[in-house]
Amino acid sequence: MIDFEIPTPIKRQVQFITMLGEQVMRPVARYYDEHETERPWDYINLIWPTVRDRGGRSFSVDDTRGSVDKDGKPRPRIGYLMLAHTVEALSWGDAGLYLCTPGGALGGAAVDATGTPEQKERFLKRFGEGEPKWAAMAMTEPHAGSDTAAIRTTARLSEDGKEWILNGEKIFVTGGLMAARESPGFVVVWATVDPSAGRAGMKPFVVESGTPGMTVAKLEHKHGIRASDTAAIVLSDCRIPYDNILGSAEVAKGDDAGHKGFKGAMRTFDATRPLVAASALGIARAALEFTASYLKDRGVKVRYGIAPHLQTAMERDLIQMEMQHRAAWLLVLKAVTKMDAGEDNALEASMSKVKAGQVATFVSQKAVELLGPEGYSCKLLVEKWMRDARINDIYEGTGQINRLIVARRLLGYSSRELR
Amino acid sequence: MISFAPSEEQQLIIDTVRRYATDRLRPAAYDADETRTIPPDIVARGWDLGLLPSAIPEQYGGFGESHQALTGALAAEELAYGDLAMALHLMTPNLFAIPVLHCGTEEQKAKWLPRMVEGGFAPYTAALIEPRWSSDPHTMHTVAEREGNMYEISGHKALVPLAADAQAFLVYARDGDSTQAFIIERGTEGLAVLERESYMGIRALPTYELRLDDVRVPVSCRLGGEQGSDLELLLNYSRVALAALAVGVARGAFEYARDYAKQREAFGKPIAQNQAIAFMLAEMAIEIDAARLMMYEAAWHLDKGHNATQTAVLAKAYADEMALVVTDRAVQILGGHGYIREHPVERWLRNGRGFHTFLGLAMV
Repeated sequence: MIDFEIPTPIKRQVQFITMLGEQVMRPVARYYDEHETERPWDYINLIWPTVRDRGGRSFSVDDTRGSVDKDGKPRPRIGYLMLAHTVEALSWGDAGLYLCTPGGALGGAAVDATGTPEQKERFLKRFGEGEPKWAAMAMTEPHAGSDTAAIRTTARLSEDGKEWILNGEKIFVTGGLMAARESPGFVVVWATVDPSAGRAGMKPFVVESGTPGMTVAKLEHKHGIRASDTAAIVLSDCRIPYDNILGSAEVAKGDDAGHKGFKGAMRTFDATRPLVAASALGIARAALEFTASYLKDRGVKVRYGIAPHLQTAMERDLIQMEMQHRAAWLLVLKAVTKMDAGEDNALEASMSKVKAGQVATFVSQKAVELLGPEGYSCKLLVEKWMRDARINDIYEGTGQINRLIVARRLLGYSSRELR
Repeated sequence: MISFAPSEEQQLIIDTVRRYATDRLRPAAYDADETRTIPPDIVARGWDLGLLPSAIPEQYGGFGESHQALTGALAAEELAYGDLAMALHLMTPNLFAIPVLHCGTEEQKAKWLPRMVEGGFAPYTAALIEPRWSSDPHTMHTVAEREGNMYEISGHKALVPLAADAQAFLVYARDGDSTQAFIIERGTEGLAVLERESYMGIRALPTYELRLDDVRVPVSCRLGGEQGSDLELLLNYSRVALAALAVGVARGAFEYARDYAKQREAFGKPIAQNQAIAFMLAEMAIEIDAARLMMYEAAWHLDKGHNATQTAVLAKAYADEMALVVTDRAVQILGGHGYIREHPVERWLRNGRGFHTFLGLAMV
């Protein structure tokens, strides 16, 4: 039954985060944008107990699994729906700070998607106790971004077969500093156990924070989301226990081998892409709401349903921004409700990511334009939101890679048929 | 709880209408457009689907429980997937019935609704749009002046579907500060149906200009009586309907272009294997899906009795743009063949271009 009613627990959560955004995040947003090397410990320490009490998955996705209502009927799962709203609302507060939220993040998602039950327990338990910590995911290399199958980081077995030895260089690791050095977290490193096997040889490995041989080589200086660190990580004869490989060490053979070996990474993306889209739209909503209310206070108000020839250019722009934003958000909701229902959502995940990346960029850039010199000025946060929003059409798969995924699905083509 | 899946009952309606659209409307669409006529048996079969009667409560001769914009919109998408002109033809009686149902007095409902739904397809219609570039439902140039127990209505209307055969018209006119609707029966003095119009698209749908020269009707013909009618509510039913029709047209164009691109070879492989084509198709699919979700949301608000103007305006504005972009890309993907009338995509582009203008031409 088609229905747009948002469950009450989610509404309450969004209210709570909105308050957090207004009172805690917005007031320090500019400071951490301008002090790129400082970490926002005030925000981190404030949010950590909430994350920790929910098992460390930055607001767990498994809240409702197996629960029943008062009539004994199973409740529909709303974990990802909740998560999308949470991420959206935190990003509305500040996207840079949101990315500093302690917890499993993408590294945790990879463990969740590809690890055994024993590994999930061993690696994720820490996020439910003690001090704040982070996990990160290291996929991209200097010469391989979207073309993830071309990564060169290697993992070979030690002579006694008890350890993996990792060698290579990873870049653009979101939160890499916090995960690899500044907290007892971990980094999920994608490496190949057999360079001749292509995608089938690619495996995820958990490298604990502070493991000898893993060093943070560089911290990037970015266009936006500056509160969050982006690290280059070098692995130099980095030895980790054999059991830290996620999933099977076996290299699948045959026609479907590439897909099997790579499935873990792709499954992770099905879960994370709509969340990145949600983050994008949180920033876009911040820009849109601010711009609309700023202009309204100065006498520029949107009249819905007025004839086109009577509309001002400003009204047209604001309506365009609002409808694009709404369209993208509904695509996100569709992708996460499918995820919650346990259905394959790879198509919807990429669709929402394509649209949200584009919309967040458009809306935030338009906001700067509509507010003239005020929009361009660092007095307001609008110019910052534009810089923060821009990453969303790039990371977790560029708009182009996601278009390619959407097109392959629509056309029934393999990655070989549609390159 | 949020969900985007139609109910079982709605899915049944979707499947039934889709079958009719695919088997009946699609094969007849080319000839209908060329000859500007719709075969009567297609209309009769369409009426047999029972879409309007199922929206009208039993006490007024229908077999519906309550009118649902969402259900109507789901059916509208499928009809337009078949052919837009025929969809609009079939839905023309809605232009009269839906306003009477929602805003009519008890007397008006009891008088008009049973005779509309109890027999076969009967052409009742409405006249909202005016023949000016700045046609605007909120500032009508057609004027209704009250004199005692009568209204005197004068003005000029365009895009009035099925006017030549219509048994009664719902004419929108300025009445004091607001736009109100008036029920005017066929043959009333001063009401003249002019020549059939010709537009770039929806050519199979007979539309007419209407002239009203001092047309006198009793005050009881004012929709909603003393209370009048809620123009914004009626426009929202129209916005949702048009958004749904736009999605249907676009979906047809997308599927056709997708299938063509997989078959058509250039440089030794299907053109769909080029990113330039594949990306266009990906974007078309995304836009269609987004427009559909916005249309669902607006219809849901309407059915919940919320103020739906904002969501309906956004849904329609989005769908207007989407329909043009998607049909245009479909023509582009077919290249030279897309420009030839043997392929339906150029017709869909002509139809798709009209959605900006169609406000008031459809209702669910």
